[in-house]
Order: sequence, then C-alpha cells, then structure tokens
Amino acid sequence: MILTGNLLWVLVGAILLGIAAGLNGTFAFLQKQSLVGDAAAHAALPGIALAYLIVQQKDLPILMLGAAITSTLAVYMIQWIVSQSKLKADGAIGLVLSVFFGFGIVLITLVNQGASGNQSGLNDFIFGKAAIMAKSDLIWLSGSALLIILMCLLFFKEWKLMIFDPVFAKGIGLPVERLRILLTALTVLTIVTGIQAVGVILMAAMLIIPAAAARFWSNHLGIILVTSAFFGALSGAFGTIISSLRVGLSTGPIIVLSASSLFLLSYCFAPTRGLLSKSRKKKVVKQHKVVQEATSHE
Amino acid sequence: MNEFWVILTGSLVGITCGLTGVFLILRKTAMIADAISHTVLFGIVVAFMITQSLNGFWMLVGAAIAGILTTYLVQVLQTGGLQEDAAIGVVFTTLFALGILFITLFAGNVHLDVEHVLMGEITFVPWDTWNVFGLTMPKAVWMLLIVLLLNVLYLVFLYKEIKLSTFDPVFALSIGLPIVAMHYSYMTLVSLTTVAAFDSVGAVLVVAMLIGPAAAAYLMSKSVPGMIAWSMTIGVTAAITGYYLAKLWNTSIAGMMAAMIGVLFMLVFLLKPHDGWLWKVLKQIKLKNVNAS
Amino acid sequence: MNALQVKNLTVAYEEKVVLNEVNLSVPMGRLTGIIGPNGAGKSTLIKAIINQLPNKSGAVHVLERPLNPKDHTVGYVPQRNAVDWDFPTNSLDVVLMGRYGHIGMIKKISAKDKQIAMDCLKNVGMEAFADRSIGQLSGGQQQRVFLARALAQEAEVYFMDEPFVGVDAATERTIIAILKDLKAKGKSVFVVHHDLQTASDYFDWIILLNQSVIASGPTESTFTENNLQDAYGGKLFFMDKTKSNKTLS
Repeated sequence: MILTGNLLWVLVGAILLGIAAGLNGTFAFLQKQSLVGDAAAHAALPGIALAYLIVQQKDLPILMLGAAITSTLAVYMIQWIVSQSKLKADGAIGLVLSVFFGFGIVLITLVNQGASGNQSGLNDFIFGKAAIMAKSDLIWLSGSALLIILMCLLFFKEWKLMIFDPVFAKGIGLPVERLRILLTALTVLTIVTGIQAVGVILMAAMLIIPAAAARFWSNHLGIILVTSAFFGALSGAFGTIISSLRVGLSTGPIIVLSASSLFLLSYCFAPTRGLLSKSRKKKVVKQHKVVQEATSHE
Repeated sequence: MNEFWVILTGSLVGITCGLTGVFLILRKTAMIADAISHTVLFGIVVAFMITQSLNGFWMLVGAAIAGILTTYLVQVLQTGGLQEDAAIGVVFTTLFALGILFITLFAGNVHLDVEHVLMGEITFVPWDTWNVFGLTMPKAVWMLLIVLLLNVLYLVFLYKEIKLSTFDPVFALSIGLPIVAMHYSYMTLVSLTTVAAFDSVGAVLVVAMLIGPAAAAYLMSKSVPGMIAWSMTIGVTAAITGYYLAKLWNTSIAGMMAAMIGVLFMLVFLLKPHDGWLWKVLKQIKLKNVNAS
Repeated sequence: MNALQVKNLTVAYEEKVVLNEVNLSVPMGRLTGIIGPNGAGKSTLIKAIINQLPNKSGAVHVLERPLNPKDHTVGYVPQRNAVDWDFPTNSLDVVLMGRYGHIGMIKKISAKDKQIAMDCLKNVGMEAFADRSIGQLSGGQQQRVFLARALAQEAEVYFMDEPFVGVDAATERTIIAILKDLKAKGKSVFVVHHDLQTASDYFDWIILLNQSVIASGPTESTFTENNLQDAYGGKLFFMDKTKSNKTLS
C-alpha cells in the first residue's frame, strides 16, 4: 500500500470527520437525540438537489448551503411536531426523515433528467465517494472539524449545564436557546461536510457509534468527548486504510464497521460499565450473599 | 393495463403499511421500523449469499430473520446499558454497512444494486409475474396480498393482546400476556411487510408509508379501529396522488408518494379542527382580540 | 389462610440491591398499606409479587399458592403514569381490558363481559364517561377507570400502586368506599401508599418497607413512632398527634 497523495488527503479528511462527528454526536447522544442526527443527515438530500436545480452546477459551497438549510429545517420541524401535537419523538423523527428523503429523491430525479443528464454526481451524496476527495473537500472538512473543537473548548461548561439541567441554566441567566442553536448549527455543519465522504445514509452512523462507544468508558463529559473524538478519528483512519487495500471497497461502510468494532470492544470490555466488568460484579454480589447466608444460619 | 398494476401495487403498499403502521406508532417503535427497513438489505444479501438465488421466498425469509435479529440486538444492547435510541442507531447502521460490504464483495455482479433497494422500481412491477392457482399477477402484488392477509389475520386473532400489551404492558404481564413474544412477533410482521413493499417502492417509501399515514391517523382518531381506517385511507390516497403527480412532473414515483405522505400529514397537523396548529393559532389571535376590545 | 406470603425475596439490578431478603406474612381480609420512603422498593415489591421481574430470588405465595395468572386471584392497579393517556380509546374499553384474563387469548369479548365492565364503571361513578376518550379524563377520573379495570378482574387479592396520588377529594372518597366494600366481601387489598397522615386511618395492616421489612402487622401495634423512625432513617418530624378527619368507621 502506497500512501499516495490522494490517499493521504482521504485519510486526513476521514480522521477530521471522525473527530467532528464524535464530538457532535456526543452532545446529541446525551440529549437522547442520536436519531435526530440520522434524520438531519437524510434531510440534507433535498437541499443539495434544490441548490443544484437553482444554480445548475455542482458548486460545492452552494450545495452545502442547500443541505444545511433543509437539514436545519428538519431538526426544527421534528421539535415543532412533537411540541404541537400528540405525536411522539420516534414518529416525528421517522416521518420527517422519510418524507424529506422522499422529496430529495423526487428532486434528484428531476435533476438527472435535466440538461446535464445523470452525470451530476449527486447520487454520490447518498452513498459517499470518500475515495475521491478533492482538496477543496478537505479544506471544508478540516475547517468544520477545527471549528467544532474550538467551540467545544469555549462552551464546554455552558453546554454541559444546558444538557444536564436546562432549567437551572436558564435560571442563572445562560442564553440556553442560543447555545442550543449554536450546537444544532455545528451538527448540521458536520453532517453537511461529512456526507461527501460517507454519504447521507452512513453519516448517521458516525454521529452515533463513536459517542455510544465512548459512553461506556466514563461518566465525565470531558472524557466522553475526547474518547468519542478519538474513536471517530480511529474509525476514519482504519476505514480509509483498510478500504484502500482492495479495489472496489467503498470507504464509507468500512469506516462505519471500524466504528462498530470499537463499539463492540467498548460494550464488552470497558471497565465498570462494560459487560465483562458487570458480570464480575454480579458474581461478587452473589458470592457475598452466599457468604452471608452461610454465616447467618440460626 | 400496466399502469393499473403500478397503481394497484402502490395502493396495496398504502393499505398494508397503513395497517401495520398503526401499532408501530402506538407502540412508539417507529424508529425500530426504520431500522428494520435498512437491515432487510442485510437479510436479503445474506439470503442471496446462502441460496445463490433471487427467489422472492428466500428474500422474505432473509428479511424476517433480519427483522428479528435487529429487534433482538437492540434489546440486548439496551439491557447492556445503552439507551434505546442509540441502540437502534448502532444496530441498523452497522448491519446496513455490513450489507453494503457484502454486496460489493459477494454480489457485485448481480442485480442487487443499492439504489434499487432504496427507491424501488415500481414501473418494472408489471413485468415480473407469478402464476398462482392459474392467476397471473405481478410478483409484487402477490407478495403484498399475502402480507396484507398476514397482517389482517394477526389483528383478527390477537387484537386484544396487541392492544393491551401496547397500552399497558405492566398490567398485561400481570394477567399472563406474553408481551415479549408480542413484541417480536409484531416486528417480524413489520419485516415481512417491509420486504413485500420495497421491491417495488424501495426502503425510503416503505418507512414513509409505515410511519406517515399512521402518524396522521393518530392525530385524528379516538379509537384504534378508527385509526386503522384513517391510516389505510391516507396511505392509499398518498399512493394514488403520488403516482399521478410523478407522472405529471416526470419524476420518481416512490419519492413522490413519500412526499405526498408528508403533505397529507401536514394538512392534518395544521388543519385538524381544535387540535390543528393553525386552529390553535387562530384561537389565540381571537383571544387577543377579545382581550384587547 | 394468608393472603400473601413472601419468603426471602431479593431483587437486584446489576450490583444494586433494591429489595433485600423480604419476609412477609399477611392474613386474609385485610386492607394493607405499604409505606416507606422514596426508593424503598415499594413498587418493586408489588411488581415482584405479580410476576413482573426476572431478577428475583425467593418465593411468593398468594392465597397459599404460587401466583398463576390463570387462577384469576390477583387484581392490579398500576401507577397512573405507567400508561400513555394519549392512546386512542375510551373508558369502557380500558375497563374491558380487565376481562382479558378471563376471556383468554384469541377469543372475543362477550356481552356478559361488557355488562361486567359497565357495572364496574358504575361502581366507581364513571358510567357517564364510558365512551369518553381517556385523554380527556382528569387525573381522578383516570384513576377511577384504572380501579374499575381491576374490579372487572373479579379477583381475590388486589394490589394497588399509589392510587391516591394526585386525585381530587371526590375520587379519594370513592376509592376508600371501594376498599371498604372489597374488605366487606372478604377480599384482601394491598396498597402502596405515600401519605403518612392518612395511612393509619385507611388501613388495618401496615407494612413498613425500606429495602427490607422494618415492621409488618396490625396498624395499632405497627404504625408507631419508633417503627416509622426506623423506616424513614430517623428523618421524620412528628407533630402532636391530632386525629385526622378521614377515618374508616
């Protein structure tokens, strides 16, 4: 395996994506909104297609803007529906996800029938085409990753409070709504920059899996964030390298499967919260009981 | 004539998914259904890998197993301490990625392309026919009819049980209802429904059809039978209007049907008397005017 | 005959023990209040008794037999927040669910079942609300529907989880009347109760629980300051004993 120029780009991009997704995903996870990220990722599709229909060329920043708009719209629609009707979160998320994606397919079909034919490459957004990352993609990815890291450092305490006790946070004067909007905006940014690499469908995986895995290692937000970012980066690196070893392997799925492997390891072997550790503790409790019973007979 | 089959298929998807979707919404398992619609891909690929055939029957078997596996894995992860939404997310993305990987590794040269899975090919439905008891109809229609029958039978025999285990699982368990078996059996039914539908309309539309009409019906109904009736009606309406609009604008039929589901839901959400958002807004405006004067 | 007998019941989640070696014996025909601080395991006790929990060790006997739902010995009123009241159904339908145990799987609801359900609704004063959507009921009305459902189970021993929480005075009087009526018919009732003020008035048997049984016996001898202090970890403040005006005569 030769670390060619392009492979290096992809590697760096995937690592940055992993970090950004890991960080954003942690906040979503802690607010029990992991699946909202899934919906937002799916909702990017109509925005991309609409943007293309309007400007008639594959101008990345414009497409990303379109994606960001519909993604954000989806997130707020879910909240709106849940707060204004009987419908519960799971129904609202599933509804918004599939309807937006449906609109996306309608628009993409229209695009593919347009003058430029079906060479628009928009289909790549559904499944990702990480293996062909241009320098401009990389710049966007690194920008978004750095931005998120910076924001995490700046607003760590505020976001932490906002998540764990929003009422108290408001009470001491924190601009909770604005903090939430900022977090949503950053998540949308990550999604929008990430879908070029792993595609709409697998972007959700990067937002969910590293964060879920990290949760098993600690109860402290700071440690979870760092672990999640680390897992994300590791998945990106593994995925890229492994998929480059054989022709025809899509990078996206392999990155996701790398993340899943890390999750499995965490689920089983993490100290305190991992499966192995818990079953050991159960045995200890049982043994303790046996000892108690044996020594307390009348 | 071909158009007739296409519309019939779409309508059957609307009716069947509308029916299945009712208890998905009531049981708050909409996202597990979304997960299953993605993991059936994995089930189908594995079925193909084992049987080396694209036979519809084995696809159903693969899908059913994928559905049960998904439900089971989500349960296992939850018991291991992971919150439900993340459990769903981890399981379905992993199995989906695995499914895509298997396709590229083992089935790359077969007509199992992923776009077809996502969006279906409803226009090709009339050409793929089965002959059963002398009656020749498109395979998709047969599969949907069978699954519709399964759904109906399930509800006819187990209506009380699914209703109670949904409404009050704690009480249900106290009278000896096997609520775990109800959960798994229902998810299996969902998997079968998904596979029957998505050969023609794809995974995207199936999710929309399972969740959307039932969600809208949920907002409208005061009883479960009412909810079922509304859900099936909205499903069919979305299918038919989606078809004709797609024809009119020359775009994806499955996508348009999903879009129409969204439109119909929004209509209910906004306009339902007393509960609709617009009604509530108008009421507030009226109140303000009354107070002002 | 004992209504309830519990031997060495222990319930643990992972390494956290919720109920520790609970031992109980309560004779038939009593109105029993289960009292204890938050987190004492009162709800867990009920759920363990009616067969809800897999992680338990120990034995439970109701009416001298291990619990079998087919015996129809047990009626159950869960906490009101155990259910999503947005579910599209009406009061009668909920009460009918209490008959499902008798009807059995697959079989249909009969006219007799409907009559029993309506009678139970009448008993709790809710017959006018038979076809009202449950989402439109007040907290007290919802509680009464739950109670009617348990009555429709036609059981011998009833378990109720905090039925007096958040209900209006009329509903509270209705519930007490029903409890009295059940006792008069020779039934046994166990109620997880949160209000110390009323406990000694409503119940003739008290179980004081805090992970294990602090005391269990007739109210007069069990509901004492010492026992209460033990159960609540010495954190109670007793005012002068003034008779409450909610007495069971």
